[in-house]
Amino acid sequence: MSYDVAIIGAGPAGMSAAVRLRALGAAVIVIDEQPAPGGQIFRGIERNAASPVFPALGEDYAKGCALVAAFRASGAEYLPSTQVWQIEDGWNLFLTTERKARHITARAVLLANGAQERPVPFPGWTLPNVMTVGAAQILLKSGGMLPEGRIWIAGAGPLPLLYATQLLNLGGRIAGYLDTATTPKLSALARLPGAWREFGNLAKGLRWLRDVRRSGMMIKGFSDLRAEGEERLEHLTWEAAGKRHRVEADVLLVHEGVVPRIHETLALRCEHIWNEEQGYLAPKLDRWGQTSRKDLFVAGDAGGIGGWMAATVSGEIAALGIAGQLGIAANPDDLRQAAHLDQRRARALALRPFLDALYPPPRTRLADDVIACRCEEVTAGAIRSAARNSPADPSAVKAATRCGMGPCQGRQCGYTVQALLAEVHGLPIGDVSFFHIRPPLKPITLGEIASLEHAEGAA
Amino acid sequence: MFKSVLERPGVPPDMMVLVNGVETPAWDGETVASVLLRVPDAGRRSPISGTLRLPYCQMGVCFECLAIVDGIASTQGCLVPVQPGMRIESQRGPREISR
Ligand code: FES
Repeated sequence: MSYDVAIIGAGPAGMSAAVRLRALGAAVIVIDEQPAPGGQIFRGIERNAASPVFPALGEDYAKGCALVAAFRASGAEYLPSTQVWQIEDGWNLFLTTERKARHITARAVLLANGAQERPVPFPGWTLPNVMTVGAAQILLKSGGMLPEGRIWIAGAGPLPLLYATQLLNLGGRIAGYLDTATTPKLSALARLPGAWREFGNLAKGLRWLRDVRRSGMMIKGFSDLRAEGEERLEHLTWEAAGKRHRVEADVLLVHEGVVPRIHETLALRCEHIWNEEQGYLAPKLDRWGQTSRKDLFVAGDAGGIGGWMAATVSGEIAALGIAGQLGIAANPDDLRQAAHLDQRRARALALRPFLDALYPPPRTRLADDVIACRCEEVTAGAIRSAARNSPADPSAVKAATRCGMGPCQGRQCGYTVQALLAEVHGLPIGDVSFFHIRPPLKPITLGEIASLEHAEGAA
Repeated sequence: MFKSVLERPGVPPDMMVLVNGVETPAWDGETVASVLLRVPDAGRRSPISGTLRLPYCQMGVCFECLAIVDGIASTQGCLVPVQPGMRIESQRGPREISR
């Protein structure tokens, strides 16, 4: 099958792009890993609308209803529960839905595949019942799952506070909150004036904090957090004021911000830019969201973290850019102005410089015994010694240690390897490259490839 | 370790699935990876050290949720919604190449 545009991801950016492109008459297909539209932010929104979980998820979550409904009504072809495992020039996309592979073509591709939580290794992060705050929130949106027992949260940023509030709204309890954020610096406060326009959001954050303080223990200014236990998490220990502290714990949820999903743009050899303040790579985009490769666009958090409102606007901008380039719309600039997209984007991003300065990524030195690569169980120490005997190149570390060769293909260890190489070689992190990402983008089986050949033979 | 807020005394679960042969209640909208968190020792074993692992990210990027689902090994459990009668088995070795 061939389309004008293939959109990957049915979150805010992908859905709003699809709605715009369909309104302009383009033939659009939207491919998404999830079984229903919404992305991670509005995950399960159609099903949850009638659930007791819905009010507890908060006002922002409810705002996704209209967009999902518009997407459903847009007439875009929609492939849920589908993985894209290869994208080739031209553009040819190879997909798998429920173990059946297929091949489609499109004149342009829009990657709207969002963000992932920043992997932050620490001692014990591979123990069962240690997981991310994002994971816990997905469990809540998916089957209404709440953690039980002594729940600890360790991290920084708006998401842990939001999740904690949702949990409390549903009658859950939090034993304690280990706040890894450093005290607000002057540099963060200096950026506040622009953020006052979004005062409503700030006030909400403060309310969350107050609720969390009331619900349990708030711990600040600690170091060397460790999750410990035999076969699963049993207790947490940390260092504060020269003393080692220890508490029993059943679940530990961690979060240190989110980073763009870049495996697709890396595999496609797009140019990327290192964001020093937030410590992530993002594809270099023009004012329409086009990457360094013609007819390959990125919208939403996959192009740099901006949150769901900014993602919705960037999806529309990319839609207009694509429509202009493919000759579907003659006047994309006029349409962009008429819809006030630049003003809307500026508004949506108003609080971002403040948040970025308030929550820098953690840059504490990893101890040698900490596992950096979960899949192949490679420690920071093993990566350091491989790095000492090789050039500052992640491929060399990979070949020497197998780090990054497991099924996650470096999605968990990529930035850690980069940072350790920079440390050993005395380089700025941004000067060290990320893993070389090769297709397939997801592990696929021989059976899936055979199903593709079968389908092509029949066509 | 996890419990659904939809679970109420006297109200039957949305469906039953089999986890390592044991009938287990499950709720609409949850995934295989979510069920794995509720059944003791249902996680995978790391093929390197043999230690127990449970789903970590729930969004398709850590691969700690690999399980055998309806006979297919190395299925990413967090991307697969539960279905009535689904057979879920723990993956206990290196990645098996499925048929
Ligand atoms: S839980 Fe991380 S990939 Fe499924």
